[in-house]
Amino acid sequence: MDFDLMITSFPKLLVATVVTLKLLSASLFFGLLLGLFFAILRINKNIFINKFAYGYSYVFRGTPLLVQIFIIYFGLGQIEYLRSTFLWVILKEPYWCAIIAFTLNTGAYTSEILRSAFQTIKPGIIEAGKSLGISNKIIFYKIQIPIAIRQSLPAYGNEIILMMKGTSLASTVTLMDLTGVAKYIISTTFKPIEVFIVAGGIYLFMTFIIHNLIKFLEKKYSFQ
Amino acid sequence: MELLAFGKTGWGDELFYATLMTIAVSITAMLVGFVFAIIFTPLKLSKYKSLNLLGNFYTTVIRGVPELLVIYLFFFGGSGAIMYVASIFGYYEYIEINAFITGSLAIGIISGAYSTEVFRGAIQSIDKGQFEAAKVLGINKFVQFYKIILPQMLRLAIPNLSNVWQITLKDTSLISVTGLVEIMRQSYVAAGSTRDPLFFYSFAAVLYLLLTYISMKLINKLEVRYSRGY
Repeated sequence: MDFDLMITSFPKLLVATVVTLKLLSASLFFGLLLGLFFAILRINKNIFINKFAYGYSYVFRGTPLLVQIFIIYFGLGQIEYLRSTFLWVILKEPYWCAIIAFTLNTGAYTSEILRSAFQTIKPGIIEAGKSLGISNKIIFYKIQIPIAIRQSLPAYGNEIILMMKGTSLASTVTLMDLTGVAKYIISTTFKPIEVFIVAGGIYLFMTFIIHNLIKFLEKKYSFQ
Repeated sequence: MELLAFGKTGWGDELFYATLMTIAVSITAMLVGFVFAIIFTPLKLSKYKSLNLLGNFYTTVIRGVPELLVIYLFFFGGSGAIMYVASIFGYYEYIEINAFITGSLAIGIISGAYSTEVFRGAIQSIDKGQFEAAKVLGINKFVQFYKIILPQMLRLAIPNLSNVWQITLKDTSLISVTGLVEIMRQSYVAAGSTRDPLFFYSFAAVLYLLLTYISMKLINKLEVRYSRGY
């Protein structure tokens, strides 16, 4: 055990954790919006809209995240037309490519989580709203969405943890996030176990925090 | 389309073998995972606190740390660990472990953590009366497990194991960083030499979709088979 290496690599890994957290928070924020949007499309009665939303979530849940990042980072740059538009400013940065890929990926999972939450809302609750003369729009925004969010908290907590682990793939497109820096230190010092313990410890700590935060929210917003 | 031709001109045959490699790694990893699950599920269900702790440590650490980090640990640490063990026996030459073995072991350990959780959940959701009834009838522990608990457990576990399989299948794409030629690595090579990454990575995505689709269909059949009588 090389404790010196563990101590010296810890600050470097902490700096890299900031990158991981930035990637995570940005992709979760956009992913939640995208997921909510597609969940609403999924419960739409129009079969085309419905199938479109299903196709989106199927494709992004059925392929590895690594493929999605590579398509966006390496693949999209190949299209000449894209290079001439303003989108290129975003797409040439690995940072934004990673965020786009993570957003699309977590959006697909989130849409599934929210859809099942919408579908488990008891019809009686909506009927009660209607019988009180509340308009459909307000029933949706003030009754269905809050209940669905509460219902999906446990599953969404898992998704946050999965996404946190997913951000490690950003290191494959040259971003120096926690895993990227860990790999760099491993490949220069050839001491994988020490670095794994420190980097893994940071990841576990983040998992622990997220897990407890979700637990706290679940308790706070429970029905009892 | 000529990019996908079989033979020397295209990448069709290479990608075909790469797909077989992905399937082989996934199945091996899943089986390795079962071995780990068989070891760690009893630990998690044990009466003893210390054994519980050991089981929880395994599942928590592996499920809380990114897959890529675990793979790097095995990739960079694997041969070092083997050489260390070999040095105890007086062997000092450089040993390189096969990428397939490292990869399936790394993914297997990850998949094992998820399988452990699935088995634990399935066993815990079997009615207590079943265990008690078996005990009352004087059936020994071994027969009780194989003839009574296992068949009921599988029915409950298969839908969740199908999720574990999907996770494992997708995780194999990460072994490409170690140089094992599976779908992702082969696409990377093909994209590099033809300068057509969009096509090859999209094709890789299609291959993965196909694999997940086919395995879903097969697992659904299995599910029907194990829910006979319900």
